Amino acid sequence: MGEPATKELLSLDQLEAAGGLRSGRKHTLSILVENKPGVLTRITGLFARRGFNIDTLAVGPTDDDSISRITLTLDGAVHPIDQVTKQLHKLINVIKIRDLEPDDTLSRELALFKVNADGTARAEVMQICEIFRAKVVDVTKRSVVVEVTGTWDKVDAFERLVRPFGLIEMARTGEIAIARGRGET
Amino acid sequence: MRAVDALMECLKAEGVDVVFGLPGGANLPTYDAFYDAGIRHILVRHEAGGGHAAEGYAKATGKVGVALGTSGPGATNLVTPICDAMMDSVPVVFLTGQVRTDLLGTDGFQEADTIGITMPIVKHSVMIQHPREIPRSIHEAFHIARTGRPGPVVVDIPQDRSRADITYEPVTDIRLPGYNPTTDGNQKQIRLAAKALANSRRPVIYAGGGVISANAAAELAELVSSDRFPVTCTVMGLGGFPATNQQWLGMLGMHGTRTANYAMDEADLIIAIGARFDDRITGKLSEFAPRAKFIHIDIDPAEISKNVPAHIPIVGDARNILPRLTVEYRALAADPARLDEWWSRIHTWQQRHPLGYEDSTDSEIKPQYMIQALYEATGGEAIITSDVGQHQMWTAQYFHFTRPRQWINSGGLGTMGFGLPAAMGAKIGCPDQTVVCVAGDGSIQMNMQELATCAQERIPIKVFIMNNGYLGMVRQWQELFWDKRYSQVDMGQWPDFVKVAEAYGATGLRLQDKRTLVKDMQEAIATDGPVMVDVRVTREENTYPMIPAGQAARDMVG
Repeated sequence: MGEPATKELLSLDQLEAAGGLRSGRKHTLSILVENKPGVLTRITGLFARRGFNIDTLAVGPTDDDSISRITLTLDGAVHPIDQVTKQLHKLINVIKIRDLEPDDTLSRELALFKVNADGTARAEVMQICEIFRAKVVDVTKRSVVVEVTGTWDKVDAFERLVRPFGLIEMARTGEIAIARGRGET
Repeated sequence: MRAVDALMECLKAEGVDVVFGLPGGANLPTYDAFYDAGIRHILVRHEAGGGHAAEGYAKATGKVGVALGTSGPGATNLVTPICDAMMDSVPVVFLTGQVRTDLLGTDGFQEADTIGITMPIVKHSVMIQHPREIPRSIHEAFHIARTGRPGPVVVDIPQDRSRADITYEPVTDIRLPGYNPTTDGNQKQIRLAAKALANSRRPVIYAGGGVISANAAAELAELVSSDRFPVTCTVMGLGGFPATNQQWLGMLGMHGTRTANYAMDEADLIIAIGARFDDRITGKLSEFAPRAKFIHIDIDPAEISKNVPAHIPIVGDARNILPRLTVEYRALAADPARLDEWWSRIHTWQQRHPLGYEDSTDSEIKPQYMIQALYEATGGEAIITSDVGQHQMWTAQYFHFTRPRQWINSGGLGTMGFGLPAAMGAKIGCPDQTVVCVAGDGSIQMNMQELATCAQERIPIKVFIMNNGYLGMVRQWQELFWDKRYSQVDMGQWPDFVKVAEAYGATGLRLQDKRTLVKDMQEAIATDGPVMVDVRVTREENTYPMIPAGQAARDMVG
């Protein structure tokens, strides 16, 4: 008798579960898809039926006519990102998915803010625009429309600052992103 | 050449020898091409019957099934089979007609957004944008349906696209940049799995329908025989391992054996092969197999860690992975004696909790006995299809399946009305085998019209209706969990199935005497042509044992 005659020992206790983990941070997925009818519907439909929440979504062409890029952000505290990407990969029209590393990624969002700007408020709004390198693209007696570009948190910060002046409307594109350096995203 | 004639060439190139369908306005061009294409076409009475027949054909043969319907209602009638094929990973190509492109989006006659309606329940779908795309789209559809994790593919063909002329060139290369299923299985992971097996003292192999889809039953048997690993299968996996084997624990899950469920509960290592930890297997997820580590082998990476986190995930084709796992395991020369204690525990459960029921002492036929009699009458050899409900679970429990593709049922979607058309498809695919459908008196009525198809096409399937005059499984739940408030489950004694069978041109029989049941069943099976047998069984019998929904294996009742 004695211990089992296994050549290599491995305690089952050493095994750790892989997958299904929540990262707790925001994730940006860059998804290359075939430029075909209905592909976006397939992706949003998948998110809806699996209960994944999309925070932002941006779609546009790439350097290749037959391929579009979808950039979407979602909360890794709510969803196991590996399950999201694996489900996306099952769609035949999805060619490639990158879960972008925040440190190696350039991301930008464009936003338009229509803000109350009468009298003295106008100067203050203009000052904030200057700090954020935002551009005034329309002006009336009582309002301005400001164009802001930057990461989502920069756009968020701008919003917080101008909101007290009276934010009439806001439109945001959602982030697009690309990897730093020479390599492809 | 007309695009539809090119379509016929593509079907032939894919080796299609039979299709199931029903014509209508939007697919008239396709049906004109069938007129002299030399492909066998089975005219079904309802598109759902055709869809399930294509599934039955695919499940019995391992080949891709093909079903057709016209636009609008033809396509919506296919929704249930499409969803069924998705849930059970059945390779079927669905060809739907669509209105002319100039009518698209106008709510034209028999227009429905087939692609939109089916999008959540397909492996892939495509609407033909240009007639010249037809050949490539058809071949891609077959490729996608058949490879990786199999599944349904819908090709929606607008009427004007299908009748246009194209220059047909055979397609030999399939290029799908976004589709490259992983089949190999990582060698390091396989080695790690072998080590875990060698160090496990309470292992259980939990095999699902993937073993059958992958044609890996022999490879599974080889792994099992490399040591004394206990094996259990899901309802989809039955036949993937012979139920007559010494190491067989019985089916697991809601109506599985106590032995299989208790073994999962106490296991220290569970090897899931082509299984997906469905709620009918796990019960209460937080109390499922609380002591176990998991090796999960699956061709679909999205199944791994979806419900239960895997410790050793292996993505790939079971047929490729299992032999390598066996080799790696054998090389470790683990001592089989380490499993002695585990087997003595298992044997105790087997002795204490065998499957069983209280049989009648007179001529009354207990439903469980009916399945035992069928097993005896067929020598355990027939292909068995079933509908969904009590009769399905009793068949899974009491018919001892010994080979893959012998048991054909609707596991994931749980589609009533699946059995008869599936039997029809299976019989066409396997004409030399006896094909029996076990149905309930409720579910048979959902696709009974296909008896006419069987009569016309001389498809000699044998249907045995387990008739208790109830929607039995729902009645059981109402009895157990809803204070016996039987709400809308009594089906009464209608219709007269013998007369129905005869009206359809089949042989109708009624059996109600247990003492002659085996012999009577043998005679029914030996009768030429399609036969439908009304077997009268105990009205209020329950399917046991049972894990009540949302509870743990330990909470089994009955």
